[in-house]
Amino acid sequence: MAEKLKPAEKLKKDRVPMRNQEPLERVQNFLEVPLGYSLEEAIQEAQRCLQCNPPYCVAGCPADVRIPQFVEKLIAEDIKGAFLEIKQTNALPAVCGRVCPQEEQCEGACIMNKKGKPIAIGRLERYVADWAKQLDYSDAKKPSTKLNKKVAIVGSGPAGLACASDLAKLGYDVTVYEALHKAGGVLVYGIPEFRLPKAIVGYEVDQIKELGVEINLNYVIGLTKSVDELMQEYDAVFLANGAGAPSFLKIPGENLNGVYSASEFLTRSNLMKAYEFPNYATPIRVDQKAVVVGGGNVAMDAVRTAKRLGAKEATIVYRRGRKEMPARAEEIGHAEEEGIKFELLTNPVKILGDEYGNVVGIECVRMELGEPDESGRRRPQVVEGSNFVIDADTVIIAIGQSANPIVARSATGVETNKWGYFVADENGKTTHPKVWAGGDIVTGAATVILAVGAGKKAAKSIHETLSNKQ
Amino acid sequence: MYKILKKQKWSDTIFSNWIEAPFVAKAAQPGQFIILITSQSGERIPLTIADSNAKEGWVQIVYQVVGASTLELSLMNEGENLYAFVGPLGVPSEIENFGGKVLIIGGGIGIAPIYPVAKKLKELGNYVISIIGARTKDLIIMEDKMKEASNELLIATDDGTYGQKGFVTNIMDDILKKESEAIKDIWAVGPPIMMKMCTRVANEHNKQIWVSLNSIMVDGTGMCGACRVSVGGKTKFACVDGPEFRGNLVNFEEMILRQRQYCDQEREALMLLEEKIRRQASNG
Repeated sequence: MAEKLKPAEKLKKDRVPMRNQEPLERVQNFLEVPLGYSLEEAIQEAQRCLQCNPPYCVAGCPADVRIPQFVEKLIAEDIKGAFLEIKQTNALPAVCGRVCPQEEQCEGACIMNKKGKPIAIGRLERYVADWAKQLDYSDAKKPSTKLNKKVAIVGSGPAGLACASDLAKLGYDVTVYEALHKAGGVLVYGIPEFRLPKAIVGYEVDQIKELGVEINLNYVIGLTKSVDELMQEYDAVFLANGAGAPSFLKIPGENLNGVYSASEFLTRSNLMKAYEFPNYATPIRVDQKAVVVGGGNVAMDAVRTAKRLGAKEATIVYRRGRKEMPARAEEIGHAEEEGIKFELLTNPVKILGDEYGNVVGIECVRMELGEPDESGRRRPQVVEGSNFVIDADTVIIAIGQSANPIVARSATGVETNKWGYFVADENGKTTHPKVWAGGDIVTGAATVILAVGAGKKAAKSIHETLSNKQ
Repeated sequence: MYKILKKQKWSDTIFSNWIEAPFVAKAAQPGQFIILITSQSGERIPLTIADSNAKEGWVQIVYQVVGASTLELSLMNEGENLYAFVGPLGVPSEIENFGGKVLIIGGGIGIAPIYPVAKKLKELGNYVISIIGARTKDLIIMEDKMKEASNELLIATDDGTYGQKGFVTNIMDDILKKESEAIKDIWAVGPPIMMKMCTRVANEHNKQIWVSLNSIMVDGTGMCGACRVSVGGKTKFACVDGPEFRGNLVNFEEMILRQRQYCDQEREALMLLEEKIRRQASNG
């Protein structure tokens, strides 16, 4: 068993770094970039935790993970105990440990920030969850009490899965409806293998199924069946269909061949495994020069995917500066190490094509930053006459997603706002007494962990409402 | 799930399958389509619904072998299961009793998806004039069913081996010359070039026409924009805004170029599969 350190000793210790695949090697493959902690490294890092009371880190976690408790068990080398602590509140620890922006959540709230680097909570959560997967250890068991109440969940992304898991544990009969042929939402079609291996998503989804949750794939709510029908068949409905409709720039040339929305590009690569074409049947087009427009995490995922698909040059075009980029610093760093070029303060005005309808370049203008706008970021303005062309045979538009109208069209009495997102209170309650909504379809495109938090809150609220109705 | 209940070979390259898909069958309406995946490593391919039966829980699809995925589908046997089958997708055709005649045009494999449209139009009391056409006699499909769904059925083959020699557009033009006033609406489904020519004829007679666009799709639910087309100068997604649009507004040139986007990869995949089939045949 690992020794307990005194607080003064803890403060002197540095954060344990995580090993990564080398940049030159990793751009040749789709394997995960960070290699994860070893047991020794995990314990060494866990020992830095001050075990605060009350713990600030937990307040920063939308999934309410019992962080000091699991860290303490980890130090005691009780990995199973640590896993059970996490799984009490979070159904997707291997996912969240990898893709959460911890710097804004648990780690951002860690008291160690005042003296140095916060505890690497995400990496520790990941270590514990990976341990369970490796040993095929499961805490999933069907609940002994059955409430004989049915809940339908629309969408199997992080919000839907979190809600399904919490409700199943309480004894509800939960049915999830998923339009695609695999469960996981953005976890399977959006986030690339090199950041989140699909086997890990599959494992955590299987755990949720073992709780008794039924997942109906290839089932489009709004077309195969309406939300109105679900309202009649179930005691409650949770809408978690995400913000999947891609936005385009609305500039000339956007329908040229070789121009993709990031959603299409990533769906082809991640969900359909186009990077293994022709062993997998879905094709994808990347030749020598790829340009990705946008500065968020989706843009980073797309540009790093393009590089791995063989682009000699892969470039980010973003209209603001480095400081304003919404992508995680870690992901921007990974992209830079992999040789991604950044054209900052640059905005596309036109996509150029040849006589066969293929993209050959993208015409841009330089931007400068003016006064701060409503979001507090400095507003970019065009530098007149600064037009120039970047050669490109693939252009990927990663400027955001919006609400897909299919689900809302079939839901009578569930109010949406002017952008098509469902109107819901902080507990996910919509304007219809039987319907809750949460995740990106309420907030607009946000993060995995916020969707998990929304799913959990909705589960709690559904339980309260249905319990009072007895 | 998604069992192949029945399979028929209609010509060298045209097949029809009846798939067990009760939820799709229950909701399906004319003009809608499905997406299927043959096997675990397969791609998502869209096919229009040719017929469906809610009571018996099946959906009929008709397809022509044009590449690796359709070849693979044609090689699957009755009793085998598809990996995925999802639908119905897209907006249903705008069908009502127009109080007059409607013109229905189906070209080649496009005869299959036009059938449910004709059937429903006739059911609602319209006088349905159908024109079906193909390159040659062997490629004319569903003649009996189309006869049943129409008040008049006319047939054209490019080579004159059956029906009238020439294109569907020749017959269409003749009809519109004779009774333009009486024709309340027109539907045309077939290869893009045929739909483009039908639109041209409709324009010459100042008539509106519906076409069903078969652009490249991935998810088929509005999540990616692979199927985007320019309609009336605006970008539309064929999978959620269509697949039927007013032909008069469609930019066919752009659509045809976009359909060729993966020509090289499609050829490569087909060659590899054919090679594999040859190897298996010689080993077996």
